[in-house]
Amino acid sequence: MPLRPKLEARDIARTLAATAAITGLIATAACGSRAGEETVAAESCVDTSGDTVKVGALNSLSGTMSISETTVRDAIYLAVAEINAAGGVQGKEIEIVAEDGASEPTVFAEKAEKLIREDCVAAVFGGWTSASRKAMLPVFEDNDSLLYYPVQYEGLEASPNIFYTGATTNQQIIPALDYLAETGVESLYLVGSDYVFPRTANAIINAYAADHGIEVLGEDYAQLGSVEFSTIVNQVSASGADAVFNTLNGDSNVAFFREYANVGLTPEEMPVMSVSIAEEEVGGIGIENIEGQLAAWNYYQTVESPENAAFVEAFKTEYGDERVTSDPMEAAYNSVYLWAATVEKAGSFAVADIQANADGVSFASPEGTVVINGDNHHVAKTARIGEIRSDGLLYTVWESDGPIEPDPFLEGYDWAAELTVTE
Amino acid sequence: MKFFSTRAGTWTGFAAAALVLFGLAPLVLSGFRLGLLAQFLCYAIVAVGIGLAWGRGGMLTLGQGVFFGMGAYLMAMHLKMADAEFRGGPGAVPDFMELAGIRELPGYWVPFTSPVFTIAAILLLPTGFAVLLGFAVFKRRVKGAYFAILSQALAGAFAILLIGQQTLGGFNGLSRFRYFFGFNLADPVNQQMLYFIAAGALLVVMAVALQLRRSRYGELLVAVRDGEERVRFLGYDAANIKVVAYAAAALFASIAGAIFVPVVGIISPASIGIIPSIMFILGVAIGGRASLAGPVIGALAVAWAQTALSEQFPSAWTYAQGLLFIAVIALLPGGIASVGALARRLPSKPTAVEAAA
Amino acid sequence: MDLFVGQLFTGLSTGSILLLAALGLSLTFGQMGVINMAHGEFIMAGCYTAYVTQQVVGDAGVSLLIALPIGFLVGGAMGLVLESLLLRRLYHRPLDTLLVTFGVGLVLQQVARDVFGAPAVNVTVPEPLRGGVDLLGTTVPKTRLFIMALAVVAVAAVTLVLRFTPAGRRIRAVVGNRDLAETAGVSSRRVDAGTFFIGSGLAGVAGVALTLIGSTSPTTGQSYLVDAFLVVVAGGMGRIKGAVVAAVALGTFQAVFETYSTASLAKVGVFVVIVVFLQLRPQGLFTLRTRSLA
Repeated sequence: MPLRPKLEARDIARTLAATAAITGLIATAACGSRAGEETVAAESCVDTSGDTVKVGALNSLSGTMSISETTVRDAIYLAVAEINAAGGVQGKEIEIVAEDGASEPTVFAEKAEKLIREDCVAAVFGGWTSASRKAMLPVFEDNDSLLYYPVQYEGLEASPNIFYTGATTNQQIIPALDYLAETGVESLYLVGSDYVFPRTANAIINAYAADHGIEVLGEDYAQLGSVEFSTIVNQVSASGADAVFNTLNGDSNVAFFREYANVGLTPEEMPVMSVSIAEEEVGGIGIENIEGQLAAWNYYQTVESPENAAFVEAFKTEYGDERVTSDPMEAAYNSVYLWAATVEKAGSFAVADIQANADGVSFASPEGTVVINGDNHHVAKTARIGEIRSDGLLYTVWESDGPIEPDPFLEGYDWAAELTVTE
Repeated sequence: MKFFSTRAGTWTGFAAAALVLFGLAPLVLSGFRLGLLAQFLCYAIVAVGIGLAWGRGGMLTLGQGVFFGMGAYLMAMHLKMADAEFRGGPGAVPDFMELAGIRELPGYWVPFTSPVFTIAAILLLPTGFAVLLGFAVFKRRVKGAYFAILSQALAGAFAILLIGQQTLGGFNGLSRFRYFFGFNLADPVNQQMLYFIAAGALLVVMAVALQLRRSRYGELLVAVRDGEERVRFLGYDAANIKVVAYAAAALFASIAGAIFVPVVGIISPASIGIIPSIMFILGVAIGGRASLAGPVIGALAVAWAQTALSEQFPSAWTYAQGLLFIAVIALLPGGIASVGALARRLPSKPTAVEAAA
Repeated sequence: MDLFVGQLFTGLSTGSILLLAALGLSLTFGQMGVINMAHGEFIMAGCYTAYVTQQVVGDAGVSLLIALPIGFLVGGAMGLVLESLLLRRLYHRPLDTLLVTFGVGLVLQQVARDVFGAPAVNVTVPEPLRGGVDLLGTTVPKTRLFIMALAVVAVAAVTLVLRFTPAGRRIRAVVGNRDLAETAGVSSRRVDAGTFFIGSGLAGVAGVALTLIGSTSPTTGQSYLVDAFLVVVAGGMGRIKGAVVAAVALGTFQAVFETYSTASLAKVGVFVVIVVFLQLRPQGLFTLRTRSLA
């Protein structure tokens, strides 16, 4: 006997009546502006009349990304402490309002809005994954506030409300390819985690390879967090490529390099160029599995300069001798200084004044002088290829002739014309 | 407690809830906090569905993220299309596709230009999927733990599948919505309107759930939960009964997802995988799975606690989450809703709730 | 050809990893109907056991051999505590055990994060297990051979215990019919505790072995858990035989599918196959004939 869930007619009528009543209530709520009409951005509530100025630090302290993002937060705190010790910005002490992004894009959006609208911060420092940045972007644009984003990323973005202090693709991936081509690599195998950065990076690599006569023998994506690399490594091994370009993220690197070493592949035979492995990650992978492999960044702890010596020493004094410094940390450290320098130049904390005065603002950073590009809000940075040595640190084996101007949409590269439609 | 199960009590409860949601909250909360509440209300709508399927029907739906995600992505696709059309005229591709180098609009996006189609899809697609899956699973009498694990794996597989879809924004998901059915989302007045929609949807969903519970069907559902074989011996097809509750829960989750998108401004696979799906359960368990208001209150309380606590003590919040799960499920299976009954030393129908497990 | 042989081996190897992770689960799930979501964290505890042992002992080879039994004891002890403090109250409420143990897993993960730090730690692979062996024209990592051997030993040990020891007989009696076994004088409470000890101990062993190929971090257990559950569901409740066949089948399927597609699509494929499979055999590959009406 089939079931007939019998709702009494009376009940249905009552539900509908309730629905109608509620819909009516909603309808009476006033409606705002329609599409296309300009809305006035919410009035900024930033208050700089006192002795302090508030900024936000928004990083993941819980969840999967906390591994990386807590180190960025340490660097932000260090920079703020240094600036305050030197007299603050415009004579005002910087006060940090800290928030946890919890490794979730929605939380980043929520907390960014809280920092802007409830805490009235002058600028926010933080974010790591592209997903978190994409989630925060509308919040910063709609509320006309500022985000300083410290991580290398896939490019193809330029918001007036975001300053990108990490590398874009032409400051990291393209130099890495130039280096490989210089060393005689004629074929590549691409391995990456399945998300936006590796896919965009590999699109760029494919275009570059087609133009430079390099053969791409394979392209594989592993699910984020995957630890099963047997198949991929078998395919890499069977391909006989000259080098591997690795855009894997997080724990996957551990499993990948162990498998790679265990099937007997060596850096001499088939080097791996990684763009997500910095000083922090080497320990977990195990030196014996990764020694001699390559990485592409703008900064290593071993960069020789007085600024870096001071930075590394200050960091170790503050957080302990066993800690290492890495590229994203350094970029976060720079971001605070760049913001402060822009404020000093503009003589104002107002967003419009900072945007107007940002072009050409520079900072003698641990990686060398970095300069803000006023058009796309990225910074000019020196590209460096590093080799992982037995002490777990990365050492520069090649660097670009001076800082490379940021080109997030790769407009200066003919072979990249097919990749994107610029805005 | 007893009062609220009478007819007058129900109406009083609804009226009070409406008064708080429509009258009090907009008065005392800032625009930002109101937006946050709207987000929590979306979780509460999901919770009502879980309360129905799990609390009344005994099906532990660990994969509600799938239906939530379906509703959210369907809505997000429409908002992106509307946005693209507004900026570039008909046939323009959404901005994130331009950046990913996709020039041709994928065919399956085209119908989402139409608001009517989108709303129909939000209401029908997840529900239809739940009906199909429900029949496949329940007809073969896959139940209990098997069903829970399957629905969990479904959430995992769905998230992985979405991450691989570049035409759906991949890992980053879809974000940057400017207009909601022609209304500018940057305008605070329109943001308040969204809150009212969320609040209204919650009340409607609760009213529907109440009717289902009070009808003959509701009796059957509880009967299936407490003794599926016996219901079958009486000549009913238990699978049909379960499918209805499962589909209703899916529909509610889809509606919640659709409202969530304009409120929060982003949907990505991170919000719909295995862990978020289990987190939907937490609020329901704490509030009291078998009652009507319990899941709603629980979901709101958990979301609020997460926001408030994680600001100061990020690591403590993880402990608190874990301990809440342990304490509530092991010691207080009826949730907060059963506290009153316990306090008055009345039996809180332990058999019914425990059998629901 | 090389790739094909390699993939065949990969299937077996992936299967044996799945099997190691799922074996203990199959015992506790099948025997007691407890869905232990903290099983992944027991595996993680095994990983950290290997790490700590190596820090103390120094020599990687010796420490691996010591860590295997210690890992069993650590996992087992954690299981015993969990069983006696929480799960004992929850028999006959299997879905609630799922949620409670999920909470336990959250807490354990955070404990690991606070004790060992969030970044992955390195467990050095002993010298004799580094590199690979040439087998039919393809290079097979020695670590994977070791894990396959360990999986075989673990399955053999569990089978022998269940079949030939008095304790094993009692376990099988309780699985077959709890009430009848109690009537016959078997203390089901003690049997439950014992089973949970063995099942969780196997998770610890798995954790120690998995440090050879994967990372050791607070979230390590999560990456194995869902797959392990799928193995148990597909294999059938409480059937070791089912778990073995299901693990190898899933591993091979994943490896083959991955060759022709991507790794992430392969995961989705596995799920679809299992749903379809459960249509054909709702109780899994090998059904256990019990005398109870459930």
